Amino acid sequence: MDMVAGKVKMTQQSVKSAMNPTDMLERPIRLTARDVTVHYGAKQALHGISIDIPDRAVTSFIGPSGCGKSTFLRCINRMNDTIEGAKVGGTIKLDGEDIYDPSLDVVELRARIGMVFQKPNPFPKSIYENVAYGPRIHGLARSKADMDEIVVSSLRKAGLFEEVKDRLNEPGTGLSGGQQQRLCIARAIAVGPEVILMDEPCSALDPIATAIIEELIDELRENYTIVIVTHSMQQAARVSQKTAFFHLGNLIEEGVTEDIFTNPVNKQTQDYIMGRIG
Amino acid sequence: MTDTLSTTRQASLDRTQRIRAGLRRRHLGETIFRGLGLAAIVLALGFVALLFVDVVRKGVPAFTQSNLHLAVTFDPELLKVDPAPVRDAFASQAEYTAASLKWQRDVAMLNWNKVVEASLRAAAPADVEIDSRQILTIAETDARHDIREMFVADPSLLGQTVEVDVLASANAANWIKGNIDRSLGDAQQQLSAPARALIDAFVENGTISNGFAWSIFTNVDSRAAPASAGLLGAFVGTVWMMLIVIILAVPIGVAAAVYLEEFAPRSRWTDLIEVNINNLAAVPSIVFGLLGAAVFINYLHLPISAPIVGGLVLTLMTLPTIIIATRGALQGVSPALRQAALGMGASRTQMVFHHVLPVTFPSILTATIIGVAQALGETAPLLLIGMKAFVASVPLTPLDQATALPVQIYLWQGNENRNFFEPRTAAAIMVLLAVMILLNGVAIYLRSRLEKRA
Repeated sequence: MDMVAGKVKMTQQSVKSAMNPTDMLERPIRLTARDVTVHYGAKQALHGISIDIPDRAVTSFIGPSGCGKSTFLRCINRMNDTIEGAKVGGTIKLDGEDIYDPSLDVVELRARIGMVFQKPNPFPKSIYENVAYGPRIHGLARSKADMDEIVVSSLRKAGLFEEVKDRLNEPGTGLSGGQQQRLCIARAIAVGPEVILMDEPCSALDPIATAIIEELIDELRENYTIVIVTHSMQQAARVSQKTAFFHLGNLIEEGVTEDIFTNPVNKQTQDYIMGRIG
Repeated sequence: MTDTLSTTRQASLDRTQRIRAGLRRRHLGETIFRGLGLAAIVLALGFVALLFVDVVRKGVPAFTQSNLHLAVTFDPELLKVDPAPVRDAFASQAEYTAASLKWQRDVAMLNWNKVVEASLRAAAPADVEIDSRQILTIAETDARHDIREMFVADPSLLGQTVEVDVLASANAANWIKGNIDRSLGDAQQQLSAPARALIDAFVENGTISNGFAWSIFTNVDSRAAPASAGLLGAFVGTVWMMLIVIILAVPIGVAAAVYLEEFAPRSRWTDLIEVNINNLAAVPSIVFGLLGAAVFINYLHLPISAPIVGGLVLTLMTLPTIIIATRGALQGVSPALRQAALGMGASRTQMVFHHVLPVTFPSILTATIIGVAQALGETAPLLLIGMKAFVASVPLTPLDQATALPVQIYLWQGNENRNFFEPRTAAAIMVLLAVMILLNGVAIYLRSRLEKRA
C-alpha cells in the first residue's frame, strides 16, 4: 500500500506545475464551439455550449454524471454521428474550419482528431497491428520500414515501447489495463492527429496506471491539443491548464484551471468543487 | 436504552427465524428443479441412444455382402461367337470398324445366363438336381453383365477359365444371413427348395463367402439387382447440392445480414424485411419445394430432378438460418470495438471488414455449417422437384438427373423387398448421420481453433 501511495505522490510531483495563467490565455485557439446543442430523440442533452480550446494545452471537462461533458467531447470528432437519433446543432470549428460542413469527410476529421475511450479498447490483434492500423488505412506509411518507424515512435511517445518491444506480435488484449490504455494512446498518436480527445481515460485503471497516464498526458501536451473528460477533480487539477465545468447540459463556468479550483465565480461550480453536489 | 437494544435484537432474531423457515422450502424447490432437468436430459439422451443403437443394429448387416467365387469358362461351344476381329485381317479401317461393331452386337445378343449357369453348376456338388431358372436365382441378375463386360474388355478370354467374384442375389444373401424363417413352407419362400439347398451347399464348400460391402459406396441404386444397390449416385447428388448451397447461400446470407445490421437505416422497411426473414425460417420446407417447382422448373425451365434445382431450393431454405445467425453474431460484437475503429477514422465498411467480421467469423462459420447440415438432411422439398425418381447413374454435372441421400433413404424404405432393404435403409441412415456428425465436428473444431487464435 505504502509503495503505491509513494509512487503516486512521486509522479504527482514530477508532473510539471501548471502553466502561467496569462501565458495560457495567450495561446492560439485551436477549436471553437458556438451554441452547440445535442438532442437524443426528443431529449435535449446539451443546451448551447460555447467554448474555446487552446492549442497545445490540456483542457479538462468536469461535472457530475450525465452533465453532458462526454456528449460534448463526442461532438468534437463527430462520434455522435454514429448514434442513431442524435442531432447536433451549433458550430464547431477546427482552425476556423467547420467540422460539420457536409463537404468535410468525417474519416479525415477523425484522422486529425484522435480519441481515447473510457475503457481501453485495443483491437483483438497484435500490438504492432494495433498501432499500424491507423497509418495503414490512411495510407501514411510508404514502406514496411516506414511503418516500423511509425509504430516504434508512437509506442515510444506513449511510453510503452520499453515494456512491449519484445512482444510486438502478441495480442494487444493480453496487456494490463494501463498498458492497454497507453496502447490506445499510441494507436491514436500513430495517425499524427492535431487534437486528442480523452473520455475518462483513467476511470478503469488503478492508481499507479492512472499516475503513469497522467504523466504521459503532461508530456503529450507539448505537441498535441488535448481535451480530457474526467470524473476526478484532482485529476483535472493535476493535468489540465484550462477547466470547464458542466452541469445538466450547460457549461456553467470555464477558465484557467487554477482559477476554477481556487476562486470559482459561480455558486454551482463552488458547490461541486467543495463536494456538495455531484 | 437496554429495552430498545433487546427489542432490536429480538426483531433480528425473529427475522433470522423467518428466513430459516423459508430456506427448507427454497432448497426443496431447487432440488426438484434440478431433478426435473436431469430427468429431461437423461430422457433425451436415452432416445438418442435408442435411435443410434437401433439404426446401427439394423444397418450393420448391410455392410456385409455374400460373394460367389466362380470359375467362369468362356467356352466357345457355349458362346458360339467368333474370335474378335483383328485390324490386320482387314484391308481398310472402315471394314474393320464394321466388323468390330457386328462382333460387339453379337456378344451383346448372347445369352450370358448360360455362362453363369455353367459356372454355378461347375461349383455345385455333382449330385445336385436343379433347373436353370432355379439355379440362376442364386446369382445376382447383374452377374451376367459383369461377365460380359469382362469379355468385351478382353476378347482373348475366349476358351479360357477365370476366377470371378460375383454377388449372390438379394434373396440368397437373405437366406444366408438368416433373415428368412427357414421353417416356412415352400409356398411362402422366395427361393425354391433346390436353390435353398444349393446355397447351403455353396456356403459349405466355400463358393459363397461374406465380405465387406464396398458396393454400397461404389455402386449406384439398382432395382433389378438389389444386392448391388449402392449410395454413390445419391451421395454425389447430395455433394452437388451442398456445393451449390455453400457457394450461393453463404455469400448472399452473410452479405444480406451485414447490410441489414451495419448499413441499412432503421426504417419501417427494414423492420418489415426483418420480420419476413424470421418468418421465412419457419416456413415448412415442402413449401420451398413447391416454390422451386414453380419458379426454377416451370418458369426458368431448369431440368427436373437435377441437383441444380435441389441446390437452389435448399439455398432458399438455408438463407434465413444463415442471415439470422449472422445478424445475431454481429449484434454480439462489443460497441467498444466499433468505436475504436470509427475513432481511428475507419469508414463504416472498413470497420465491418477489418474488425467486426473477423471477430464474428467463428460464429458465422458455425452457423453456416449447421445450416448446411440442416439442408443436407432435407427431403420434403426434393420430392416436389422430382428428385425422388429412380436414378441409376452418377450425376456428372449438377444438370444431370440425381437423387440425394435422404431421398435414397426414403426410396429404400419403401422398397418392396423389405427383408433385404431394411438393413440397406439403416445403412444409408448411418452414412447420412456420419456425414452430419462429420460436418458438425468440423464446425466445433474450427470454432474452437479460431476462437483460441482470436
